[in-house]
This record gives sequence, structure tokens and C-alpha cells, in this order.
Amino acid sequence: MPRATSDAKLLIQSLGKAYAATPTNLKIIDLYVVFAVATALIQVVYMGIVGSFPFNSFLSGVLSCIGTAVLAVCLRIQVNKDNKEFKDLPPERAFADFVLCNLVLHLVIMNFLG
Amino acid sequence: MAAAGGLPASATLLLLVIAAVAVAPLASAVRPVSDAHRSAAAELFAASPDGSFGDLETTYEAVRTFQILGVEKDKGLIGKACKFAAEKLASSSSSPAKDLFHAARISGVLKCSVDSGVYDDVATRLKAVIKDTNSLLELYYSVGGLLSIKEQGHNVVLPDADNTFHAIKALSQSDGRWRYDTNSAESSTFAAGIALEALSAVISLADSEVDSSMIAVVKNDIVKLFDTIKSYDDGTFYFDEKHVDAAEYKGPITTSASVVRGVTSFAAVASGKLNIPGEKILGLAKFFLGIGLPGSAKDFFNQIESLSFLENNRVFVPLVLSLPSKVFSLTSKDQLKVEVTTVFGSAAPPLRVNLVQVLGSDSKVITTETKELQFDLDNNVHYLDIAPLKIDVGKYSLVFEISLQEQEHETIYATGGTNTEAIFVTGLIKVDKAEIGISDNDAGTVESVQKIDLQKDTSVSLSANHLQKLRLSFQLSTPLGKTFKPHQVFLKLKHDESKVEHLFVVPGSARQFKIVLDFLGLVEKFYYLSGRYDLELAVGDAAMENSFLRALGHIELDLPEAPEKAPKPPAQAVDPFSKFGPKKEISHIFRSPEKRPPKELSFVFTGLTLLPIVGFLIGLMRLGVNLKNFPSLPAPAAFASLFHAGIGAVLLLYVLFWIKLDLFTTLKYLSFLGVFLVFVGHRALSYLSSTSAKQKTA
Repeated sequence: MPRATSDAKLLIQSLGKAYAATPTNLKIIDLYVVFAVATALIQVVYMGIVGSFPFNSFLSGVLSCIGTAVLAVCLRIQVNKDNKEFKDLPPERAFADFVLCNLVLHLVIMNFLG
Repeated sequence: MAAAGGLPASATLLLLVIAAVAVAPLASAVRPVSDAHRSAAAELFAASPDGSFGDLETTYEAVRTFQILGVEKDKGLIGKACKFAAEKLASSSSSPAKDLFHAARISGVLKCSVDSGVYDDVATRLKAVIKDTNSLLELYYSVGGLLSIKEQGHNVVLPDADNTFHAIKALSQSDGRWRYDTNSAESSTFAAGIALEALSAVISLADSEVDSSMIAVVKNDIVKLFDTIKSYDDGTFYFDEKHVDAAEYKGPITTSASVVRGVTSFAAVASGKLNIPGEKILGLAKFFLGIGLPGSAKDFFNQIESLSFLENNRVFVPLVLSLPSKVFSLTSKDQLKVEVTTVFGSAAPPLRVNLVQVLGSDSKVITTETKELQFDLDNNVHYLDIAPLKIDVGKYSLVFEISLQEQEHETIYATGGTNTEAIFVTGLIKVDKAEIGISDNDAGTVESVQKIDLQKDTSVSLSANHLQKLRLSFQLSTPLGKTFKPHQVFLKLKHDESKVEHLFVVPGSARQFKIVLDFLGLVEKFYYLSGRYDLELAVGDAAMENSFLRALGHIELDLPEAPEKAPKPPAQAVDPFSKFGPKKEISHIFRSPEKRPPKELSFVFTGLTLLPIVGFLIGLMRLGVNLKNFPSLPAPAAFASLFHAGIGAVLLLYVLFWIKLDLFTTLKYLSFLGVFLVFVGHRALSYLSSTSAKQKTA
């Protein structure tokens, strides 16, 4: 058992070290994803407590967060220099896509919000 | 054949009542002014609780109407009105001419005692107005006010009458109508009446004769004005403005009243006779009488005052022919009575009334034989027995001809020659050859035929099965022996047990009314209900004095058993009139609102959702994020700021969309913002891209 714990510790430490080497702009995106998912979780907890009465409002709130998180992940894939697939794609273009998709997503969200 | 099948008894009654009421509108036509007008006047011009009638104009209209109709008002009301007028007259220097005009006329009608000093002041003020103004209404009010003061026994003289006359005449138009003032482009018929009244007042007030050539010109204007008169088919004439959309449009009653007032006043003071056809004067009288009892006080005053001017005028006094009753019964041998009176119901001069033509309801000529009506001096009524006319029940138009007996009356009175009146004749309808029976087949071999008497209730007893037929026939004839077709002929079958009723229209041909009920085709309609049915026959018409609803007896029906899918008979209400009663109340159920969480909890979670943002910002600071990449050159910096502002604007638009905008407005704004955003975004991002590319190469 203690061995497993120390293994896990070791694993996390190495993971933390490896992650520290990640470029800052990717870290920002990761932070953004965490922020979005955390917001979604809080809303789910709220729904668990009070019930799902304005269901479309709940859905739009959660899907807004999840949707923007997914878009952020896509942005991260395109911006990451290790991904050779998107080598020719400038990060500015990827960011423009991100902004556009977010705007379309939130137009739909607002329409659904009620 | 069974168009009215299933109509309940109450509906039958209702139809009969409607038929009886249908005669009523005939009664409302031209009748002279009567007590009905007096009671209407008391209602329309009811004084308010403090004893006043409203403003000066309304007060004048009220007291003038009461004066004409001879309605006495108590002293308190008269005192109040006099005081009201006196107050206005006393403050003559500050009151407009219109108020003084009405106040003077109120005093005149009520014979209030006004100091001669007060009237001197008023006269001076009104004369000053006459000098200064060129407005027709101002002239009318001041000249009219002066005339009223003069008529109350005060000595008033208009010094420059000729000038005033010319000032008013200057506003006249070539078609006999007048303008309100020199600046207005529109001419008006109402103004013509006002002007004529003012001109006649000027003539009365003049210290010397007014130029007779001018009077002749005005007479010519009046003739032209009467060329613009409008008419209905029945000989009714009235005045109305040419352009009904004009700013000062007053309606035909007020306009006609104004002209009548002006023309009769002018005819009274001008020497010689006006060349106006008598039928137009009579037509105007018919117009005012035809209104009946107007609903508004203003119209009522105009009607009564115009009629009082027509009652005694120098042009033509209209004589109105009217029927006290328009419904005549052949049974009681009613006499046709005709009254010829003035508009206020006073006796006409000796004259002869002839019935020259009788027209049927479809304008078919019944007779053209001229019959003179006898005159009953005591009751002032011309009468004629209708029996010799050989007219049957129904609607008729009678054409009367009035001729004055004395030649010199022809120039004083207008009778209009022929007058058409609608009448309604009722009588007893003979019912006979009534037969009822059951037949077996189409060939019509009748097994049992019974003669019945429809004068009284009978109680025949019949029985039939679904293969047989019920036959009923009878004849209707008018007092003159012609066949008669009433409005309603119904046969009613009522099932004893379930109270289900079936109503059938009995078709009538030229010879007789006959109905054949083939039970084979009716079993479904009868809901397969066998048993005893009561028979009733209803015959009704407005002209039929003996309309009836007779019980004929009963029929025992033997109908086949109802198949499975046969419709069930409807439930019969215990009280047939209950369906006119209040309906059951319908209570609406609204969905109860969902239970909402406590407010505090929701606020806590609103705060909680903000926490990740704080965490995000802290995280950014920990990562050491900076804005060093933000362009420092002015142009790219501007584009970058605009890019961020654009995104902010779009998000703000989304918030507005959520709060109040609809999708279409939002998309409209979004399309503009989107284009802008794409442009600045492209510029901002391509600048960033080029700088990073440079860094790479460097």
C-alpha cells in the first residue's frame, strides 16, 4: 500500500515536472478549460440541490461552459507546436476561429436561455 | 321538407313574436310635433342639480325650446338663467360678442328685467365690434344681439346699416353660399344661413330703408342656394355642406336649420315674395319631422326651432299629411283616417284630400279610382271606409292628393300635391278543408281520412308504422277569398315519453297547404322512438288576426328497434326556457408555478459561479501573463483595441438579446457588428502574425 502511494506521488511529481515545461500560452488555455469546467460543475451542483425547473436555463448554462471548454481544447490542439498536423496554421488564425465559434455558440445559448 | 326539424317550441313562439313586432316600424313616420316632443325636451334639457343648463348657448337653446313647445319651467330655474345672462351682460366690455348675443337672447325669451343702462353699454360694445370686424360670425353675433335688445323694447338703431349690409354681402359666393371671413377660401351652406339671418337683422335695425336693389340681389342668392338643396326619394329635402370633410362641418340637421332660420327671417323682413318652390319648403318640413325625436339636445333645438320658423313663415307654410294609425283591420272595418296639419299640428285651411292610387307591396297598381275622403270637422280628420276599396290583407302604399279649396291659399301653403303613405291591412283568415290521415304506400290509397276543424283544438287519434305516411292538408283564404300564404306554417310532433320535438315546415302551393310525412325516411331522425306523439299545427302571420297554435291530437307510431349504432335522442331540458338562462360558469385552471428555491441559495450559487473566474485570474497572474505582445504602434494598437471592443459589443448585444430584443433585430445588428469585427480582427491578428514571423526569422 505505502508503495502504491509513493508510486502515485512519484507519478504526480513527474507529471508536474513535465507539465512545467509546457509553454505558457498552452498553460493559459488549460487554465481557461479548468475555469469553464469548474463553472459547469457548480451549476450541476446547484441543479442537484434545487431541481431542474428552468431546465433550458440550466442546459444553456452548462452547455455554454462545456462548449467553450471544448472549443478551448480545440484551440490548444491547433496552437500546440508539437502537433505537426497543424504546423502550417498560425496561432492567430486558430484564435480567430476560436473567437468566431464562441460567438456563434453563445448566440445559440442566448436564444435557448429563455 | 323538414328544414325546421328539431326546432323547439320556444323558438316557434319567438318567431311568432318577431312576426308581430315586424309591423311596428311602419308606425314611425312623419307625424306633427306632439307631446312626445315635450317630454323629450324635458329629458334632453334637464337642468343640472344646481339649476343651470350649462353654458350660455345651451341655456338659450333650452329656454328657447321650452318657449316654442309651451313648456312651463318653475320660477327658480328662470331666475337662475336670468341671473346668469345678466351677469354676462353687466360685464359687457370684457365679454365676446357671442356671449352677449346669447345672453341678450336668453333675457328676451325669459323676459328678464335688465336695466336700460346695461343694454346701452352692450349696444355700444356690439356696435364697436361691428365696425372692427370682417368675420361673418362676429357680425352675426353682434347684429343678432342688437336685434334681440331691440325686440325687448329697447331703442337700438344701427347707424350705418348699408355698410354693415355690404360687409356681410361681400362674403357671399356666386353659388349662393357664404364664406366665414375674407381670408377663408371655403364657402359654406351653414354660413349662408347665418349670413341671411344677419342680413335680416340688419334690415330690421336700419334707421332708413336698405337699398332695395341689394335685397333683390340677396333674394337671387337665396334662389341659387336652394338649387344646391339635396333630396331623398320620398320628397324629403335637406341642406348639407358640399365638402363634408371641411373643418367646420356641422351635419345636415344643423346646416338645414341654419338655412331655414336665415331664409324665413329674411322673407319676414324683406318686401315681396321669395321665389322658392313650395315642395322644397315642404320637403324641409318633412326632413325635420322625419328625424322623430333626436337624441342630442343640439339637434332637438335645431329641429324644434326650424319647425317653428316653418310653422309661420312668409314663403310657404308646409301642410303635412299624416296617418294617426297605419294598421287597419278588415274585421273591425277600420276607417282610413288622414290628418292634414301644419308641422305643429294646428288645423289646415279648408282642403280636399283624395285617394288617387293604391299600390300593392310589389308596387303593383291595385286601383287608380279617385276617392274623395270625407272631412270630420270636429276631429279635424279626413276619413274613408276601406271596405269599398276591395283591398286584401297585406302591405299597401296609398297615394293621396291634397287640393286647397280657396285659390288665395295656394300662395301661402305648400301641400306638395301627392303624398304616398305605407299602410298595413290585417284580417281574419279562413281555414277550411282540413284533413288528416294515414296512407299506406306511394299510390296514396288512403285508409283513414278524418276531416278536422282547425277553428278549435281537436283530438284525432291515429296510428301508423314506419311503412306508412302521415298526410295533413288544409286551405287558407283571405277575407276576399284569395289564397293566403302566411309567414309560418309548422307541424310539430312531440314524443310523449322523451319530450323530443320534431318540427316540419308545411309547404304551401297555390291551392292548399299539404305535408306528407314518410316515416320510413324519418325513423333515424325520430331516434327509433316508438310510442305516442302529440301533433300540433302552428300557422302565423303579421297580417293574420287569427294566427293559431292548435293541438291536433296524437299519433301512435310503431317504429323498428334501434340498431346498435343509432344516435341517442338528446336530453330534453325540463324547462324549455332554461336554455336562455345563465350558462354554467367555466372556471379556468392555470398551471401552478413551479416551486422555486429560496432566494438566498440562488444568490450563493451566483457568487459561486463567479469564483472560477477569480481562480482563473489568479492563475493567470501566477503564470506571469502580461500584455507585452499588445501592439505598441498607434495604428495596430487601435485595431487591436477595436477588435476587443467589437467582441465586447457582440457579447453586450447577446445580453440585450436575452433581456429584450428579438432574434431578428439581434441578427440585424449582429450582421453589422460581425462585418466590422471580421475586418478589425483580420487587421489585428495579421499584424500579430507578421511580428511573430519576423521574430522567428530574426
